[in-house]
Amino acid sequence: MTDNNNSTQELTKKDFTVDSTIKWCAGCGAFSILSSVQNTLPKLGVKKDDFVFVSGIGCSSRFPYYIKTYGIHSLHGRATAIASGLKSARPDLNVWVITGDGDSMAIGGNHFIHLIRRNIDLNVIIFNNKIYGLTKGQYSPTTPMGSKTKTSPFGTIERPFMPGELTLGAQGNFFARVIDKEPRGMEDVFLQAALHKGTSIIEVFQNCVIFNNAIHEQITGKDVRDDRIIYVEHNKPLIFGKERDKGLILKGQDLEVVKIGENGISESDILVHDANNPNPNVHYMLARMTYPTHPVAVGVIRSVEDNTYEGLLEEQIEHAKANSKIKNVDDLLNSGNVFNIE
Amino acid sequence: MSNKNSIIELEQVVVKFAGDSGDGMQLTGMQFSDASASLGNDLSTFPDYPSEIRAPQGTIAGVSGFQVHIGHKEVQTPGDLADVLVALNPAALKANMKWVKPSATIIIDIDNFDNKHYKKAGFIEDPLHDSSLKGFNLVKAPITSLSRATVRELNIGLDNKTADKTRNQFVMGLLFWLFDRDMTMGEHFLQEKFAKKPELVKANIAVLRAGFNYAETVEAMTNQFHVNPQKGRKGKFKKISGNIAASWGLVAAAEKAGLKLFLGSYPITPASEILQELSGLRNLEVKTFQAEDEIAGICTAIGASFGGYLAATSTSGPGLALKTEAAGLAVITELPLVIVNVQRGGPSTGLPTKTEQSDLLQAIHGRSGESPCIVIAASSPGNCFEYAFEAAKLSVEHMTPVILLSDGYLANGTELWPIPQMKDLPEIKTPRVKDNDPNYQPYKRDPEKLSRFWALPGQEGLRHRIGGLEKSDVYGEVSHDPFNHQLMCQYRAEKVNRVADYIPKQDIYGSKDGGELLVIGWGGTYGALYSAVKEMREEGYDISLAQFNYIMPLPKNTDEVLGKFKKRIICELNLGQFADYLRSIYPQYKYSQFNKVQGLPFFISELKKRFKTLLEEE
Ligand code: SF4
Repeated sequence: MTDNNNSTQELTKKDFTVDSTIKWCAGCGAFSILSSVQNTLPKLGVKKDDFVFVSGIGCSSRFPYYIKTYGIHSLHGRATAIASGLKSARPDLNVWVITGDGDSMAIGGNHFIHLIRRNIDLNVIIFNNKIYGLTKGQYSPTTPMGSKTKTSPFGTIERPFMPGELTLGAQGNFFARVIDKEPRGMEDVFLQAALHKGTSIIEVFQNCVIFNNAIHEQITGKDVRDDRIIYVEHNKPLIFGKERDKGLILKGQDLEVVKIGENGISESDILVHDANNPNPNVHYMLARMTYPTHPVAVGVIRSVEDNTYEGLLEEQIEHAKANSKIKNVDDLLNSGNVFNIE
Repeated sequence: MSNKNSIIELEQVVVKFAGDSGDGMQLTGMQFSDASASLGNDLSTFPDYPSEIRAPQGTIAGVSGFQVHIGHKEVQTPGDLADVLVALNPAALKANMKWVKPSATIIIDIDNFDNKHYKKAGFIEDPLHDSSLKGFNLVKAPITSLSRATVRELNIGLDNKTADKTRNQFVMGLLFWLFDRDMTMGEHFLQEKFAKKPELVKANIAVLRAGFNYAETVEAMTNQFHVNPQKGRKGKFKKISGNIAASWGLVAAAEKAGLKLFLGSYPITPASEILQELSGLRNLEVKTFQAEDEIAGICTAIGASFGGYLAATSTSGPGLALKTEAAGLAVITELPLVIVNVQRGGPSTGLPTKTEQSDLLQAIHGRSGESPCIVIAASSPGNCFEYAFEAAKLSVEHMTPVILLSDGYLANGTELWPIPQMKDLPEIKTPRVKDNDPNYQPYKRDPEKLSRFWALPGQEGLRHRIGGLEKSDVYGEVSHDPFNHQLMCQYRAEKVNRVADYIPKQDIYGSKDGGELLVIGWGGTYGALYSAVKEMREEGYDISLAQFNYIMPLPKNTDEVLGKFKKRIICELNLGQFADYLRSIYPQYKYSQFNKVQGLPFFISELKKRFKTLLEEE
């Protein structure tokens, strides 16, 4: 698949739309993610030929075929590794990874944590529908404990991973969570992720209508979400609730939900979110919060700048080039111990 | 005071250095071979490491060896059996006694030959007093005590432990005398080696001289040997190992192609040196990526290849198995990629430090689906350069992964290698596409080669998607069409087959028009097979050699080569993989086999014996 339209004028969503049919199930949460990404790209000031989308295997990973950029639909779990190589080789490109909960947390778990540890400037979107969709309904590493699925007819007996926990445990510098039904929230976060230098991990609560319908509804349902979600914003107090009367404070070694106006708590007592704090402890607590003890955090939980792998690699190259006497391969071949036989 | 006895001129000589893994035998071996190279001898070396890093001292498991073969004539192997063995302790003697010639000179450090050491080495009887060393020219030198005394006399504050590390120089001194050599060369080596530690330069040189003087005064050795320089060989040479040569071949190919080199790799014996060497070449803009596993090693390389780099990954057998799935992705995305597989003894962890040729069929067939790729094999330490270059060239020009087979023997062995000049290396044409080419389609093919073209992200007007799902011919849309799949499978196979039009014809060493017996080998066994065939031809036998470097596809004249001989024997370090492969393609011929899977290279003597038997059979 190729396109030869190379207008250099300002980009719009249309520049990234493909003509071919998109083959996700009707009603799949993936559609809105695609559309939000297509809305985000024109805002980045990047040439359309400089975007690359790399994906693994799974429903989510068909994504590169549905967006008009350079792309590789690769191997199960390996998108992060392939994109790591691409970005290390070509730091000039704007590289995105599209993956799912099975792809990134199970078969690709190793590459996932090592990507984060290296802090390569990739934007990774995890479509977390807590199920294997493409293989038709087996439990995944994020499926809640006890869930009955095709491969767990008696309920799963495995504790689920939380992508945020894993990200921060691997020294991640950017972690955000968004919901497929909230395009504006997604676009805002995708933009921040894309502008962030270093590995950005975005977990999307994505609905699989076929095999795990409404899995996130308990949190994201219209009637309940105000009380079960906290939208975190940098430098803003961590307040939530329909009446915006609840907040988080740091108590002892944990975050606690308090009611503003009760027990002498006022708005000024509420913890202010500092996404840029290099110390990840509070970010970790935020990322781990689950209903019903806490609201689930949505938005950018952590965003800290640090050196990128590819940046350091380029620096080493510049330094070595400036300081080595060996400037080309002929020099190399004649370096060291050479025997001149006459 | 000269007790110069007779100096015996030798055509060639094999020296084996053996000691504890901490005794510096590798260094001594290298020093001796460097000196030989400077004198114009041809040479071949092979280290023999224990697989444990520091096995218990004095035990057989801890013996580290280094074999050097030097010659007045061309030298193709490190030699079957040693003429001179240096054994610093009883374990080193025990481990190597079966690898020396009957009349060999054996130099031992008598200071270590006591009951304590015998026990550790597993000797039941004192080998110095039973008949086990009968016939050898045994030199009992007090190496440890004299080295210590020499260092002590210098009065520069070095303790015995440090002094013991100079023992290898005492050995060196003995050998310099034994081979009638100028000491300044050995001194020069030490000055470079310890440039930052003047006290060590001093101590080592003193001990080196002490060894030389000991040999001269004590009359411990009756004869001196002289190996004259090789005639007719001129120019600049390097002593190079297969791993370094392969690394340099890749860098050379990148420069020639106008590309940058990317290596995604994971440390594995005996291939790690490639990753190490290339990691140090940032000055040539080489990007190395030490991945979290073998899979990420190849996957990062595929990513870099999509980005327009000359991409490679290096590994050994079990690592190649892990890379299988991703190699299939490179096949279906038709991206260039060099996979260097330095074979070792298998299956599984097998014999990590030993050599074998048992990954041949894995390289040819070891991927899911119809998944052809080019397979070539290097056949000497030095020509790992040439074949790494060739692997890169074929990969880029034909847009397909190439597996380059090396092995532990080539990887760690060294030979004297004529330094090539970049201007003499062949061009590499990259099948790139111009920006905004209105005719570009991801799976449009070159009509001759059948390869697709290489459009890079960032190029204007060429946006396209590739991936592991089958693609439609020309346009590269995802396609499940049954006829399209068959067509694409045939294209990928035919693309690799057509590489035969671009590689040299198979050469025959010996009777080019055919004859009695054709020895068939591939890859790293060249040195031994060539030497055996050459010696037998000199003895008057009608025997020839076809050593294959191009495995998949085979050279176009293979059938013709095989058909010219009355008898054929396929020799390989496995149970018959190349034999199976040849039989499947050319079933019309009868093949004998000689297979060895001991983690060891072929010996010339065993080959000759087998060939002679075969020639005598009716
Ligand atoms: S199976 Fe589920 S995740 Fe996959 S496309 Fe259908 S709805 Fe979406």
